[in-house]
Amino acid sequence: MTGEARISRRWKKAPFIQNPRLRWAIYIGAAVYLVLAIASVEVNWTRIVDGIPRGIKFVGAFFTPDFVSRWDDIYEGFVESLSITGASTVLGLLISIPIGLGAARNISPLPVYLVCRSIIAVSRAFQEIIIAILFVAMFGFGPFAGVMTLSFTTIGFISKLLAEDIEDVDKEQVEAIRATGSSWLQLMNYAIQPQVAPRLVGLAMYRLDINFRESAIIGIVGAGGIGATLTTAFDRYEFESAAAILLIIIVIVMGAEYASGYVRNKLT
Amino acid sequence: MLKIENLTKRYPTGDLALNGVSLEVAKGEVVALIGPSGAGKSTLIRTINRLVEPTSGRILLNGVNLPSLGSRALRRARRTIGMIFQEFALVERLTVMENVLSGQLGYVSFWRSLIRKFPQSIIDEAFRLLERVGLEEFYDKRADALSGGQRQRVGIARALLQNPEILLVDEPTASLDPKTSRQIMRLITELTSERGLGAIINIHDVPLAMLFVKRIVGLRQGEIVYDGDPDGLTSERLTDIYGEEDWTATVRKKGSDQEEEDNGEENDDDLPQAAMSLSRREAAGRQAGRK
Ligand SMILES: Nc1ncnc2c1ncn2[C@@H]1O[C@H](COP(=O)(O)OP(=O)(O)OP(=O)(O)O)[C@@H](O)[C@H]1O
Ligand SMILES: [Mg+2]
Repeated sequence: MTGEARISRRWKKAPFIQNPRLRWAIYIGAAVYLVLAIASVEVNWTRIVDGIPRGIKFVGAFFTPDFVSRWDDIYEGFVESLSITGASTVLGLLISIPIGLGAARNISPLPVYLVCRSIIAVSRAFQEIIIAILFVAMFGFGPFAGVMTLSFTTIGFISKLLAEDIEDVDKEQVEAIRATGSSWLQLMNYAIQPQVAPRLVGLAMYRLDINFRESAIIGIVGAGGIGATLTTAFDRYEFESAAAILLIIIVIVMGAEYASGYVRNKLT
Repeated sequence: MLKIENLTKRYPTGDLALNGVSLEVAKGEVVALIGPSGAGKSTLIRTINRLVEPTSGRILLNGVNLPSLGSRALRRARRTIGMIFQEFALVERLTVMENVLSGQLGYVSFWRSLIRKFPQSIIDEAFRLLERVGLEEFYDKRADALSGGQRQRVGIARALLQNPEILLVDEPTASLDPKTSRQIMRLITELTSERGLGAIINIHDVPLAMLFVKRIVGLRQGEIVYDGDPDGLTSERLTDIYGEEDWTATVRKKGSDQEEEDNGEENDDDLPQAAMSLSRREAAGRQAGRK
């Protein structure tokens, strides 16, 4: 270098929005919107004041949960929820695998790919509750609607992640098996399955966990399970029974979380 | 046996990878395909078993025009074409034995392959091949537990279990150290002559190719610019293939390399036993490296 007195150049990270006018317009616009939005929320203060003692009573109920008086209902609710969870996970998984294969661009022809991707998109478009309301309307109250709901949402979840995993497999391994003159099914079994199986098991465990939590929620709209028992308890202001149910849910979710984490760790 | 006529491949991106290539490989003949990166070597061998679809031209294997085959007939034709890869392309979570047996997929039913119940004669042959490549103790190891040289041996056994008539070999040594490279090249060329197999071997290492292969084909920008024996590969010819460079170190000095190879002390490791102990040493080295 020639000059010994080099002028130090300043550097600052370029702002995300280059145009300063546009930048300030967006900042001010966002602030105004926030103020207006908060102001527009109607707050019914008398209702809140009314509700406070009830809230306190409910929180207090956690210290005196009542497992006994409604035990039969609670027991039945949990058995139903666990059945819904198991059945919907297995059913959803069985349907997800072929759809996931079809939705992987590297192993499926374009028409199949498009159909499978559409199924996934539909399944993922709606929240569980909305689908539960629809299925309760179609199949009536009870666990069948619950199983249908969770199977349906499981398909979107597992197929999508499975397809993405398949699209990421090592291409050379697939080519090597293809080059032996294998059939499509053999290609799946020898080149794809070994590469994606550990993750698929992990996904299934994770989904089992999600489905249990969801089964408690969709019960509230009539799709069977412990959610139904829970709403009934609230409707009767039996906060002690409700607290007992919530405590059991927490314990089961924690158990499932721990178990699935353990299994997934074992697999990699 | 293999006759390629006027083969052209243009990728959808517009790259003209092969431009009217014609090449004939006789039964049992081994051809080394050299040329700069991007010359179309991989494309050429991949169009033969149609991992890449050719744009035009004919590929006749024993008189059957491969590009015209439907999917069923293509699968039958692929059984007779073994392929060996640079990165070995073993299915990593399968065992060595499963990888070798996958060479038979074109011959057995889906059900048999699913429950891994291959005919006993095939299993015998798989063990024989593993022994031949020096890995008979490794059959139940997972493929991702092997070193590069060991993986390539499994890759070779897999290709041979297909009972192929021709081998397509894409840079078998590019991921291996110089000594292992020589062993692998020697193994491949020995096996081809033992079994009367034809082979096309893509290779970047020109001296290595000249050492083991009697016919060299030079490819440049999708066209064949050299086809002849290693001795004909003079500085001018190498310049034709690769472009201007000082080639004096690469060009063979009359017969000297050959003798060195023939008297070479490392010939002994062709014995399965020695190859085994070497493989063990490799494994030990890898483990030590990890610590
Ligand atoms: N899948 C592909 N899509 C588009 N173009 C490709 C594809 N594969 C290869 N090509 C192009 O075709 C030409 C030949 O590539 P090819 O891989 O056959 O060369 P190569 O001789 O094997 O090179 P290397 O020695 O680096 O392996 C290159 O210009 C490359 O960019
Ligand atoms: Mg290549």
